[in-house]
Amino acid sequence: MIAFRDVHKAFGSLQILRGLSFEVRNGETLVLLGYSGTGKSVALKHIVGLLTPDAGEVEVDGQVVHQLDRKGLAALRSTIGYVFQFSALFDSMSVYDNLALGLRRQGMSERDIAERAEEALALVQLDDAAGQFPSELSGGMRKRVGLARAIALRPRYILYDEPTTGLDPVTSAVIDQLIVRTRQKYGVTSVVVTHDLRSAYTVGDRIAMLYQGRIRQIGTVDEIQKSHDPIVRQFIEGRPELAAEVDAAGAGA
Amino acid sequence: MPRVLLRPLHRWFGGVGHVAAFIQDAVRALRDVRTWPAQTGHQMRRIGSDSVPIAVFVSGFTGIVLALQASYTFTGAVPLYFVGTLVGKTIMLELGPVLTGLALAGRVGANIAAELGTMRVTEQVDALETLAFDPPAYLVVPRVLAATVMFPFVVALATATGLFTGYVTAVNLLDLSTVEFVRGLRLFYQFKDIWYGLVKAMSFGLAIAIIGCYCGLGVRRGAAEVGAATTRAVVRGSQAVIVLDAVWAVLLL
Repeated sequence: MIAFRDVHKAFGSLQILRGLSFEVRNGETLVLLGYSGTGKSVALKHIVGLLTPDAGEVEVDGQVVHQLDRKGLAALRSTIGYVFQFSALFDSMSVYDNLALGLRRQGMSERDIAERAEEALALVQLDDAAGQFPSELSGGMRKRVGLARAIALRPRYILYDEPTTGLDPVTSAVIDQLIVRTRQKYGVTSVVVTHDLRSAYTVGDRIAMLYQGRIRQIGTVDEIQKSHDPIVRQFIEGRPELAAEVDAAGAGA
Repeated sequence: MPRVLLRPLHRWFGGVGHVAAFIQDAVRALRDVRTWPAQTGHQMRRIGSDSVPIAVFVSGFTGIVLALQASYTFTGAVPLYFVGTLVGKTIMLELGPVLTGLALAGRVGANIAAELGTMRVTEQVDALETLAFDPPAYLVVPRVLAATVMFPFVVALATATGLFTGYVTAVNLLDLSTVEFVRGLRLFYQFKDIWYGLVKAMSFGLAIAIIGCYCGLGVRRGAAEVGAATTRAVVRGSQAVIVLDAVWAVLLL
């Protein structure tokens, strides 16, 4: 289980997270939804210790992430797959080596690595891309390779940072299906950061709406869709004309 | 003390602290022998072998110029075989290591800073961390070791080239025989002339690689910052070469 407890984070004078608290239950896919700049990706980076909270704590499987020593953090990270917004593939390596790098780190034999990489690439329907380099791939293919790299590690958790941003609707739908299929096949617990509503409704068991650095509402897809909160309604309906109502609600928040 | 004076001091000490922490991290990463040895061979080729052409080019022309300038200076006052002495001493003690160091501060320092800076902004460094790698062990240690080990070889080759072109120039363009040139070369020769240059080269490699890594990994966002970091790496690397050259002269001559 992943738990955020009253997490605060600022960059200089810019306060991003202001008391963020929520839990991700084992086996579920939780979608972190919200406007750009509300701290969704910042929250995600706290889970793998890429960022340290100014106050509060993030707990994964009962361990407070920022209190772990180097060895403990490396052990924790080996249980988490991270799919980056812009894929973050190693551009000097082939697709195969991108997948193999983390597996070699885990001490697997080259034969097992080859099997694991082949299986992961098959899942994302890129069986023939093993020898290609990231620069030879389209944006959608890179996202799928990023996903395959995370899946190949067989992690307990997968964190998706804006997995469909910048993709056309059809490729976005393919990525959404992959996220669902990965969960069904491997039973991983996932956190998906997005502002793509269609994606959120497709992949999420629960949705948490972030607003001004804390959770505004958390609930099932149905609960979010039927929300009466003006801030949630403005976001999911994409209606800027609700600004006055939102201001009043935000002031009261 | 007025704030105007305190602020630059504070910034300077902050910078020194950052560099010290960075070096401490790199030293600590030496213990991670699962990671850095595999990368070091590749870096030795990139930093060492690939730098030979520019080093040979610079020192080759320097040898020619030195022989001609020595002849011009000595004409009528000093026996011409001193051309061999001047070419030998100057190339071995000073111009071989320093000019090669300056050329490599550009080639190697810029290369390291640009590569690591790009990796930083494309989240490849974060991706390494999520795959349970320690970036200092994977990125910094191999480059620093490779530069420290390979610079003396490159400088030795550059020095030999400078001596050879100086000799060829003296024999073909000046009225000097091989015997006279060699006599001059051996006149004040000490074994120290060789190891002094190589020790300097080693320190240049160490400094240039650390500065390149520090500037590259210090990038936070955007292509402009990568460019600025690259420029900084070249300028500071060149300054380090000049300062170290003086330090070694004080300590060893």
